[in-house]
Amino acid sequence: MSVLVYINGVHGIGKNAFEAVTYGKKLGDVTVVTNGNVDDAALAKLGEYGASKILVDKSLNNADDQQLTKMIENAANQTGASTIVFVHDHIAKNVAPRLSVRLKAGLVSGAIALPDGDGTIKVNVFSGKAFGSVKVNTAKKIISLLPNSIQPENNGGSAAVESFSANAGDTKVKVLATKQPEGDIPLPEADLVVSAGRGLKGPENWGIVEDLAKALGAATACSRPVSDADWRPHHEHVGQTGIAIRPNLYIAAGISGAIQHLAGVNGSKTIVVINTDPEAPFFKAADYGVVGDAFEVLPRLTEAVKKFKASH
Amino acid sequence: MKILVGISKSPDTTSKIAFTDNSTKFDENGVQYIVNPYDEWYALVRALELKETLGGTVTIVTVGAAADEAVIRKALAIGADEAVRIDADPKDAYYTAVQIAEYAKEKGFDLILTGKETINYNGSQVAGMIAESLDMPFVSLATKLDVNGSTLKLEKEYLGGIQEVEVGLPAVVSCAKGMAEQRIPNMRGIMAARTKPLTVIPAAQVDELISFTGYTMPPAKSAVKMISPDNMDELVSLLHNEAKVI
Ligand SMILES: Cc1cc2nc3c(=O)[nH]c(=O)nc-3n(C[C@H](O)[C@H](O)[C@H](O)COP(=O)(O)OP(=O)(O)OC[C@H]3O[C@@H](n4cnc5c(N)ncnc54)[C@H](O)[C@@H]3O)c2cc1C
Repeated sequence: MSVLVYINGVHGIGKNAFEAVTYGKKLGDVTVVTNGNVDDAALAKLGEYGASKILVDKSLNNADDQQLTKMIENAANQTGASTIVFVHDHIAKNVAPRLSVRLKAGLVSGAIALPDGDGTIKVNVFSGKAFGSVKVNTAKKIISLLPNSIQPENNGGSAAVESFSANAGDTKVKVLATKQPEGDIPLPEADLVVSAGRGLKGPENWGIVEDLAKALGAATACSRPVSDADWRPHHEHVGQTGIAIRPNLYIAAGISGAIQHLAGVNGSKTIVVINTDPEAPFFKAADYGVVGDAFEVLPRLTEAVKKFKASH
Repeated sequence: MKILVGISKSPDTTSKIAFTDNSTKFDENGVQYIVNPYDEWYALVRALELKETLGGTVTIVTVGAAADEAVIRKALAIGADEAVRIDADPKDAYYTAVQIAEYAKEKGFDLILTGKETINYNGSQVAGMIAESLDMPFVSLATKLDVNGSTLKLEKEYLGGIQEVEVGLPAVVSCAKGMAEQRIPNMRGIMAARTKPLTVIPAAQVDELISFTGYTMPPAKSAVKMISPDNMDELVSLLHNEAKVI
């Protein structure tokens, strides 16, 4: 079976792209399609995870969704792909639905696993409070894969990088400016996350959260009241009305663990909760709990992490 | 300006999530439905603000059963002028989007707004599918929207950052936090909503591209292991040796 994987190189090509290619490889022969200013060496790396061919249109920069949809449609026609895989990020959330309509192909949005024996695919529903099994009723399928759902596998293969003409038409949505946080680890992609809530009392106290994040190499997140009060930027807000994440490690300090907060983080592999209140509901969802004052516990944990890193 | 706002219902955020019929159906027993928060707080309120400054109309559309009319009346109470209910079970995103696109096709809406996603299926698919069905441009996750003649200027969430974009009308926009402030309907709004037009139209014939065959709950967590606040070395060692996450 021919599988097409769309990769965007906006943040460079990293773990999520390797996951999507690994996923595609388990289903069939993988061609990657991408566009814009991406480095050939970075693209070739996708071969190690199972892509056999990479199609790139370097002249197509700042493409809008309609252009990307046409590009992927053209690549699917050229390769005869019956399954198209996306990384479930902001770009996929726009392009995959359009492509679904254009190709009349069923879309599995937010897949968290490979197809089961009966061909159904698991997705997160009810903000991570349950899983649903999706059956695609069409011959062509589109699967948008949630980050951190599958382990990337490097098999040391290689891929030919070929230039490709997207034939994508004109841009209708004009990009005037893009402001990307510098140097930060994007939260949806992070393996390790340190998060804090109203228990931290004010924005001036976030230094101890950032110190721990830095020692671990983690991204930072927060509860909704914290971003509502502008203590932290909106893109750090996790939960039912923020973003849903599923890192390997989620450390929550000074967060009570309301059901709407848990909805966005209960897919995390390991949860550590630090709270002064032994009755805080979050402890019921935690793997490790520390009853204590975040102002004392966080700096101690940071020191312990530094000591561990120095000796490993 | 002629604005269409897509509204869906979703279970109240504190609802207990359970399934019936051999885990193939969401258990609606005792579930309170609300207007999907993104649709209400951001899409609908921004549409009303635009109408208040630029004039025009705000129509809301939902694909749903007669039982969903309570949710529709709430949206009317907040201030929409009229409502349309497409009489069908919103089976999947494609089915729902094509129903709305079929309704909107020849009505001449300048702007179609939705919330960024529903909090039950979190698919964020419907708005993009409406846009493709109507061959319109689409801006998702917009946090700011201003109208300048026949152009929209928007800010949107983009891969952890913010992007400023410009697009000509007509267009489809999905709305995220920042777009507007939640409005609580007042008594006058609630009274007025009772007599505002609510038109029910039959569903178009549309295929289901996907179906949900069953649901499962996440595995129960094993009991939490408590660690003394004075022993962070132990926590680090457990994270390394037992959880294997660092
Ligand atoms: C429709 C709806 C959607 C929502 N969506 C979201 C969402 O997406 N995300 C979200 O997070 N919330 C959401 N909420 C809000 C949610 O219900 C909670 O109000 C919120 O998560 C609470 O945030 P918090 O835990 O930071 O604050 P609080 O509930 O105030 O908890 C603070 C915690 O800090 C502890 N604490 C205090 N001092 C210290 C200290 N020195 N050291 C350690 N611990 C300390 C306290 O014991 C307490 O447990 C939503 C609510 C609604 C109604």
